[in-house]
Amino acid sequence: MKQRTAMAENLVTCHDCHKLVHLPDGHDHGTRCPRCHGALHFRKPDSLQRTWALLIAAVVLYVPANVYPIMRVTSLGRAQADTIMSGVVHLFEHGMWPLALIVFFASIVVPMAKLFALVHLLVSVQRRSPKKPVERTKLYRLTEMFGRWSMVDIYVVAMLAALVQLGSLAQVEAELGAVFFGATVVTTMIAAESFDPRLIWDRRGRPKHSEEHSKTHG
Amino acid sequence: MATPPVDRTDDSTLAPLPAGDAPVRPVVRGVVAGPEHIVACHDCDLIVSLPPLADRALARCPRCQFVIHRGAHHTIERTVALTIAALVLFTAANAFPLLTMKAQGNETVATIVSGSRILWDQGNRGLAGLVLLTTFVAPLLHSTLLLYVLVPLGFGKKAPAAADVFRWIGHVRVWSMAEVFVLGVLVSLVKLADMADIVPGIALWALGLLIPVLTASLATLDPDEVWSRLDRSGEL
Repeated sequence: MKQRTAMAENLVTCHDCHKLVHLPDGHDHGTRCPRCHGALHFRKPDSLQRTWALLIAAVVLYVPANVYPIMRVTSLGRAQADTIMSGVVHLFEHGMWPLALIVFFASIVVPMAKLFALVHLLVSVQRRSPKKPVERTKLYRLTEMFGRWSMVDIYVVAMLAALVQLGSLAQVEAELGAVFFGATVVTTMIAAESFDPRLIWDRRGRPKHSEEHSKTHG
Repeated sequence: MATPPVDRTDDSTLAPLPAGDAPVRPVVRGVVAGPEHIVACHDCDLIVSLPPLADRALARCPRCQFVIHRGAHHTIERTVALTIAALVLFTAANAFPLLTMKAQGNETVATIVSGSRILWDQGNRGLAGLVLLTTFVAPLLHSTLLLYVLVPLGFGKKAPAAADVFRWIGHVRVWSMAEVFVLGVLVSLVKLADMADIVPGIALWALGLLIPVLTASLATLDPDEVWSRLDRSGEL
């Protein structure tokens, strides 16, 4: 049986309600889903440009997120500021290695892996790589699924700040690093959402149909 | 003037295709009898002819293995029941203390929203907003909007603006991070237990129960079924 894509048949899947809609003209500009009124697009609009822009923004935000401390612990007049990395190191030194591993994965491995995964997806799509489309689609799904877990560190800072407020005796305050880290997580989530995995399948080798090509860029 | 969009969801013959060239079938376990309908894979755009699925059966795209459809029978009744349970647990999670810290004769009680309140007071308004949105506003909005659409639909009626509301629910869900928050609370608990007396409160247990309930309610919700029922139902 022949494998056909919806776009080649002038069919578009509504992004919001997944209704399959026929656009006889092959133009999606300004069309709305007859069922849920969401905007219809054969492919997410300007997917590659938007994802690149958000990804670069996320990389830029990720630098101060790691350089600045995410929280300041004041205890008996002595203040100590922790960055993401030094927080993990402290946990290791105090023998709390399961906790250190959780924070290490959520705050360092997940964001880094997500940034690298998105760069790989963007570059491979732009090079029209024909290799491993199934694996790349799976990589995209993992990226979308795990990004949210990076928020753990933000919640830890919020809970510690809420609990430790004994005035001059002990206090925890969120610092600039946490703001940048939160912004990084949000930006990468939106970046992953802007990427269209169907481009992995559209762009394998040279485009066969000039019609399909023009729609992707239209 | 462009030709208006034409609905092809229920058209299994797919008129614009050459005759005799049937679309591929998904990889599926647990098919029940009934008419097939045409869908396009969300992740690779392959046209697939989807049969009706047995409860909890999965249909995967034969090309990219995306789960195109998940069989969920009695979807409205089950999702409403689980969402009400989720709202009860969420109310308990907000009404009772999450963690209590005892140190030097002082006692500090933290609830779900107190984290964002402290961040706000300390001048970190953006961070406070992000925490409030993901741990309070989005989970609450998601559950209540779901009930707003599904309860009337259970009686065959369509609530005002139900289609728009149901469309928005999908966007709200992404920002509801109760499960991540629970991990954050547990990490804080262990971290502080080293230097002070930390007592987990009722809210933590409620949150712990909320996670499997939310997971189950996602599994019982069949958006395609809800959409087609919204198509068929009369206004409230």
